[in-house]
Amino acid sequence: MSDDGRGLLFMALVVAGGLLHGFGLAYSRMARPEIVLDFLQLEDFGLLFVMGGAALVTGLAIQLGTRIIKTAPLTGTRYTGREKGFDRNVIIGGVVFGAGWGLSGVCPGAGYASLGIGNYRILWAVAGLFIGAYAQGLWRVHRNSEARERSAPGD
Amino acid sequence: MSALSIAVTLFPRGIDHYLVGGLFVGLGISVIYLGTGILAGNSTFLETTLSYASDLPRFQREKYVTSRDWRVVFAVSIVAGAAIYEFAFTADAFVTEVQWWRLLGGGILVGIGTRIGKGCTSGHGVSGVASLSRTSIVNVALFIGVAVATALIVAVLGVTP
Repeated sequence: MSDDGRGLLFMALVVAGGLLHGFGLAYSRMARPEIVLDFLQLEDFGLLFVMGGAALVTGLAIQLGTRIIKTAPLTGTRYTGREKGFDRNVIIGGVVFGAGWGLSGVCPGAGYASLGIGNYRILWAVAGLFIGAYAQGLWRVHRNSEARERSAPGD
Repeated sequence: MSALSIAVTLFPRGIDHYLVGGLFVGLGISVIYLGTGILAGNSTFLETTLSYASDLPRFQREKYVTSRDWRVVFAVSIVAGAAIYEFAFTADAFVTEVQWWRLLGGGILVGIGTRIGKGCTSGHGVSGVASLSRTSIVNVALFIGVAVATALIVAVLGVTP
C-alpha cells in the first residue's frame, strides 16, 4: 500500500481516530439526517454542542502540538493549524455545500457514519457525494482547457 | 420565561449526548493529529477515492494518490465506530425517512460544494474553526446560513421529511 512509507503504526492511529470519530458521530445523533434537519429548521440547537465540543478538543490538541510538542512523532512534520487560502471558491463552495446540507441533512463524515448505524438509505446521499465530487473534477478540466484556449496566442 | 423553559425550548432533547458525542468527534481528529500532524477531513476522501477509478488530472494529483489508502481506512473506521455505538449501546438500527431525492440531490450539492470550497463540516467546521482560520470561519458561517435558509424553505414548501 502507498501509505507514504509511514507504516503500520500510522495506519493503526488512523483506525483508532476513525473509530472514535465515527463513534462520536453516532453518539451525538449527527449521523441521523432528521436530527441535523431539526437543527437547521431551528427546532433543536443541540448540534452546536457537537461542533463546539469537537472544535474545543481539536483546538486543545492544536495548542498542545504547536506550542509544546512541536514535531509529530510518526511523521516528523511540524504541527500547524489548518489554514486554507481564501478565494472566491471558498464562498461559492460554502454556498453550494450549504444548499445541499439544508436539502439532505447529510455532510460527508456524518454520511459515512450513517452507514454504520444501519441507515442503508443513506447510500442515496453517499452516491450523490461521489457524483458531485466527480462533477466538479470534470468542471475543473473543462474550465482549465477553456482558459488555455483563451491564452493561446495566434488562434 | 424561566431559564429552564428556555433551555427546554432550545434543546428539547437535552444537550448531554450532543456534547459527549462532539468530544469524541474531536478526540478522533486529535488522536490522528497528535501522532501525525495531519488534520484529517472527511470530504477529501471523495476525490482521493475517485483517483482509483478516474484518470482526471484533478484526482491524480500526488497529494491525493499518496493519501488515498489511509483515507479509505479512515472512512471505513468511521463506519465501524458508528456501528460499535449503534449496536453495542442502542442495539437497534436507524433508517432515515428523509426522501430519496433529498438525499441524492443534497449529496450531489455537498459533493460539489465541499470540494470547491476546500472542506466540509470536519475540515472547516471543526479543524478550521479550532485553528481560528478566517477562511474556515467565513466558509462555516456561509454554509450554516445557507443550510438553515434551505431547510426552512423546504419545510415551508411542505416537504416532510
